[in-house]
Amino acid sequence: MAETSVFGQTRGMGELIDLDGKETDLAPFGNELAELGRERPEIVGLTADMGRYSDILPFRDAHPDRFFNVGMAEQNLVMAAAGLAKTGKIAYCTTYSVFVTRRAYDFVAIAGAHSKADVKIFAGMPGLTNGYGATHQATEDLNMMRGIADLTIIDPCDATELRQVVRAVADIPGTVYVRLLRGKVPIELPPDYRFVPGRAALLRDGTGVGVISTGYMTARALDAARASLSSGVDAGVLHVPTIKPFDTAAVVEFASRFDRIVVAENHKKTGGLASLVTEALYDAGVLRPMIRIGLDDGFFECGSQEYLEAKYGVDLPRVVRALVDGT
Amino acid sequence: MPATTTLPAPDVAALEDRAHALRRSMMEMTRGKGEGYIAQGLGIADCLAALYFHELRYDPARPDWPDRDRFLLSTGHYSIAMYAVLAEAGYLDPDELPTYGLNGSRLPMSTFDVTPGVEIVGGSLGHGLGQAVGMALGLRIDGRDSRVFCELSDGELDEGSTWEAAMGGATFGCDNLVALIDCNGIQADGPVTVAIEPVADKFTAFGWDTQEIDGNDMAALVAALEAARSRDGKPKAIVLRTTPGFGVPTLMGRPRAHFVRVGDDEWADFMAELEADRG
Ligand SMILES: Cc1ncc(C[n+]2csc(CCOP(=O)(O)OP(=O)(O)O)c2C)c(N)n1
Repeated sequence: MAETSVFGQTRGMGELIDLDGKETDLAPFGNELAELGRERPEIVGLTADMGRYSDILPFRDAHPDRFFNVGMAEQNLVMAAAGLAKTGKIAYCTTYSVFVTRRAYDFVAIAGAHSKADVKIFAGMPGLTNGYGATHQATEDLNMMRGIADLTIIDPCDATELRQVVRAVADIPGTVYVRLLRGKVPIELPPDYRFVPGRAALLRDGTGVGVISTGYMTARALDAARASLSSGVDAGVLHVPTIKPFDTAAVVEFASRFDRIVVAENHKKTGGLASLVTEALYDAGVLRPMIRIGLDDGFFECGSQEYLEAKYGVDLPRVVRALVDGT
Repeated sequence: MPATTTLPAPDVAALEDRAHALRRSMMEMTRGKGEGYIAQGLGIADCLAALYFHELRYDPARPDWPDRDRFLLSTGHYSIAMYAVLAEAGYLDPDELPTYGLNGSRLPMSTFDVTPGVEIVGGSLGHGLGQAVGMALGLRIDGRDSRVFCELSDGELDEGSTWEAAMGGATFGCDNLVALIDCNGIQADGPVTVAIEPVADKFTAFGWDTQEIDGNDMAALVAALEAARSRDGKPKAIVLRTTPGFGVPTLMGRPRAHFVRVGDDEWADFMAELEADRG
């Protein structure tokens, strides 16, 4: 039965949750890109009728002659970006993650990655950050995209990291897929945090249980680790923003120091971070009991992020339970 | 070849009353929610009224009746209009409408096939016309005289899949297929900017029997639907020129009409405008 509380409404604009008491940064992607565009004239921006909904409008306003809205045509978005790249441009393009992955996959693989084209895809509203149900929720995008050779994949945690990623990808050769957080994006990581492409970051040391996480689930992991202290659990947190290439060495080193591992991601439990961690640890012979926090296979409902996270078992209490109870 | 459909003469004034009832119920849904795709819904209301209360053959008690005509709403975010018409047609209990867009509702902001009477999952745009071609072929193989009606938006003309389907419909001579193209002039980022015009000429060039009408003119709608009944070996396209927010002048003038928030303080005024417009 449907709830009727105002709190429980689907947010059409997809505001992120947990903003209470958290500092936020409005449209960090577009603002950083507008600034970077001033420094680097070879940067161009594209969208597929998702400018307003992907935060790229600050770039359009600052550099209107270097901005193209191709209309709601995701395949054309990637092809045009690849063509621009072949004339020496660095093409940043945006739409929702679900549409660029499912619809434009072949073009990302061939016109983008295979062609080593400087196409930087900022893919909005990944996983359950989108409340419009399975048609709009990219819950298998990491799985799909990791199957493409020569593609870099990044899942930033917060606004601090996203701003750094905007700059970093300009110097990563070839095609890059970034999961984009939009709107009022929380600031979760410390000011001295530095994103290094291809590297995992130890955010918190601990004993007994270690969390390996990516994307905004790292914020959940940090909150859960703090919340679990009162139960006598001192969890470590390893943030893995770059999904491909995968920082196998850091993951193996981290896991080997803990008795058990929790993996947390805004994605299905299969084919994403948990699968990568399992492969890395198994290959290295570092076998630890592991709890995977993520989505079971399926298509997911519409609803607010709070509602969906609780329903599908990826909210803060779920992470705390994994740390404290080990279940 | 199946006989051309014959229907009783339309009662245009009665259909206009139905369209008004749909608009009123969409406004009620917006009141509960405070936001939504109300402008598009108000724009497409006349077309849905003409379809459901004149042109389509269906039985709300049997949503999967094999001989029903199929109506595919390709533009999933027009769901508010779909739920209004499904309630008016007897598929849904009107008491369920206030759950539009709420957690756990069978009436999500974008259409899924969890709702009785909804034929396809519609939110990933550009999916409708191709599936409509497939349904038209399937019905033809089975020797049924049911027809397939597919709404799609002007934004969906940006997608390559729409034109692949347009060629398919003509290639296979789907004269049991009617595309209703809602050209309301807006997309997510504002006015349509891609060079989709001239829409009617494009469909004609793609091999469709094409008409272009004022999509908020009931008499024109029923006449176009009647003309689209001919079984001449070609698929039919009706280009609807609609106005977002039709019936509520303030909404008709909103520059950002794609996703509208209706404040508690505005709602009563909009409702009054709607009633005044009808009066
Ligand atoms: C394949 C796909 N790409 C992008 C979107 C995001 N999106 C939702 S509505 C919309 C605008 C589409 O144009 P149209 O239906 O004409 O807009 P409206 O008339 O409702 O303003 C877009 C791009 C989507 N739902 N599906």
